[in-house]
Amino acid sequence: MFGQSREVQQTLKFMSLEIRNLHARIASNGTEILKGLDLIVEKGKVHAIMGPNGSGKSTLSKVIGGHPDYEITEGEILLDGTSVIGMEPDVRSRAGLFLAMQYPMEIPGVSNANFIRAALQARLPEGEELEATDYYANLYSKMDGLEMDRKFTARSVNEGFSGGEKKRNEILQMLMLAPKYCILDETDSGLDIDALRIVAGGVNSYRSPKVGMLVITHYQRLLDYIVPDIVHVLVNGRIVRHGGKELALELEERGYDFIREETAA
Amino acid sequence: MTVLDTTEHPANESVNTTGPDFANHPESFRATQQAAWEKFTSLPMPKRTDEAWRFADTRTLDISRFGRAEAVSDATQAMLVKLSIGLEHTSGQMTFANDRLLSRHFHGDSLNAKGVLWLPLEQAIAEHPELVAKYFMREEARIGSGKFAALHASQVRGGMFLYVPRGVEIALPVETYHWLSGENASLFPHTLIVAEENAKVTVLDYFANASECPGFVCGVNDISTAAGAKVTYVAVQEWNRNTLAFHMNNTTVARDASVLTLRLNLGGARVRDEAVSRLRGPGGRSDMLSVNAAEGAQIFDQRTLQIHEAPNATSDLLYKNALNDTSRTIFTGLIRVDKGAHKTDAYQKVRNLVLSDEAEANSAPGLEIEADDVRCTHGATSGALDEEQVFYFQSRGIPRRVAQQLVTFGFLSEVFERIPDAALAAHLCDLLHGKLG
Repeated sequence: MFGQSREVQQTLKFMSLEIRNLHARIASNGTEILKGLDLIVEKGKVHAIMGPNGSGKSTLSKVIGGHPDYEITEGEILLDGTSVIGMEPDVRSRAGLFLAMQYPMEIPGVSNANFIRAALQARLPEGEELEATDYYANLYSKMDGLEMDRKFTARSVNEGFSGGEKKRNEILQMLMLAPKYCILDETDSGLDIDALRIVAGGVNSYRSPKVGMLVITHYQRLLDYIVPDIVHVLVNGRIVRHGGKELALELEERGYDFIREETAA
Repeated sequence: MTVLDTTEHPANESVNTTGPDFANHPESFRATQQAAWEKFTSLPMPKRTDEAWRFADTRTLDISRFGRAEAVSDATQAMLVKLSIGLEHTSGQMTFANDRLLSRHFHGDSLNAKGVLWLPLEQAIAEHPELVAKYFMREEARIGSGKFAALHASQVRGGMFLYVPRGVEIALPVETYHWLSGENASLFPHTLIVAEENAKVTVLDYFANASECPGFVCGVNDISTAAGAKVTYVAVQEWNRNTLAFHMNNTTVARDASVLTLRLNLGGARVRDEAVSRLRGPGGRSDMLSVNAAEGAQIFDQRTLQIHEAPNATSDLLYKNALNDTSRTIFTGLIRVDKGAHKTDAYQKVRNLVLSDEAEANSAPGLEIEADDVRCTHGATSGALDEEQVFYFQSRGIPRRVAQQLVTFGFLSEVFERIPDAALAAHLCDLLHGKLG
């Protein structure tokens, strides 16, 4: 992404999720969280964002997703060259964006199967009905891949799910909706090693030249399983450093303080 | 469900002044009607200060513009019979329009079983006057609509009488359709179910209009059980948005009997439901369920009373209201445990899902306990759609409107899980889907 020709950059624009000089604040109290963030996630690449608590990692994912708690005051978010600012979150999703949440919501009374079905149905043209047999065949095969019991289709979305089950369910939704860009927000939190292996397996199975991924994490552990192409460090609302996967190891070893010190200096 | 009416029925003289509708009833019943009429005219209109009308707007209860309904034309009759489509498998179906029988179909032999009476009420009154008199509106209207109950008794002609003798089980549900047709027409549908010892039956009533004309409905359904009887009663209310409706239910539960009633309120401009369950024998059980999908300017006014007269009985009430737009729901309920009704289990739960800032849900549950050693709980909760939930839906590409429908459907349809008959529960889910879109 550095030193590319103008032409390549132009092509990239239509093949990437691009964030330009993004400033965002909490709508209710005006606190600025993102302070001029730049990032380009190209199709075919896995980017990781690491950062200490409070650096703005989760805010970034919510702002990209269009969460109403945040206001963008400056900058751009371009999905394959088209600005998503002002778009409702559901429009962004249908345009190819997916957010795997750190804390997936529980939706009592709505079964998992109906939830995912409604999401797929929303992608069909008006008047067209999702084919039920194909849908279930697809759903079951993805669930098998994530080692999810079939009973999860009939259960209410995330209700009473363990932490690991919720995260698996996020990845199941991602696989079913087949997005162009995936943002995984602290997908490793609350997972034991077995669950982490399964969830990462699901994510890795979806890596392809057609998909860009942004993996947000506090710990390097997840990146042993989902190996990133590029690692960014987010501190105080800005990307302060880029590097290869070895940067994650360095952060793991030295903690975030050395970056803070370097940045302050 | 509503279709264009093909006939015009100008309103007759007001139901307020028209006098009893003697129809073809025998003398003895006419005397009952006359007495009811006198009661109707002597009782005052409800006032907002009446405890049973708390939260309600009593200024808009004027029924003087409504008149008696005429028989519908042959063409309308044929159309309404065609539209009376309920469950796939039933034991029988009757269809009424403007309180007159249009059709009666037996499916299979259950309703022909020895001693079963399944008759239009009018015929039952004529042919079995003593039997009907033994069960017809024997319980006093306890929660506010004494005046309207009296009006009903003075005007009644349509509806169904079902008598299930001892030990007879009618496997498939029995359905009745009630259609209202004509401008400012009135309907007085009646459903009288008598289940003798260990009898078992499921009954469905459907209520709908033939057109969008304003109408008035004042209906009663009474359920009487003997020991060990099991009755399931479901009312599917799909009145049009110009109809004012009162529905009054009286259930008596004998020793070891169990009665489940469920009201699905989808239509109506303003609908008042009164439900009274009397636990008369030990071991009896009453499930009182109600599902209300309110939108637009609909008003659903619910009043309930669980009276525990006998010890060791159970009553379990669950009312769920989803409110959109400027709709309103009102719930006031009381659990009354008489002296000596020890070991009572009585529950009363009201859940409101308020989807719009302009919708309003009032709930006032209550307890009155004179016995010791009882287990009673009551509670009402109101919640709005959680914005974090909405974001979660939207982040998956599901528009807010669809998210709201899914949450509402999930919230309301949970009540159907209490119906043991899977086909019936699925049918109710379909009907609810029809309204929520």
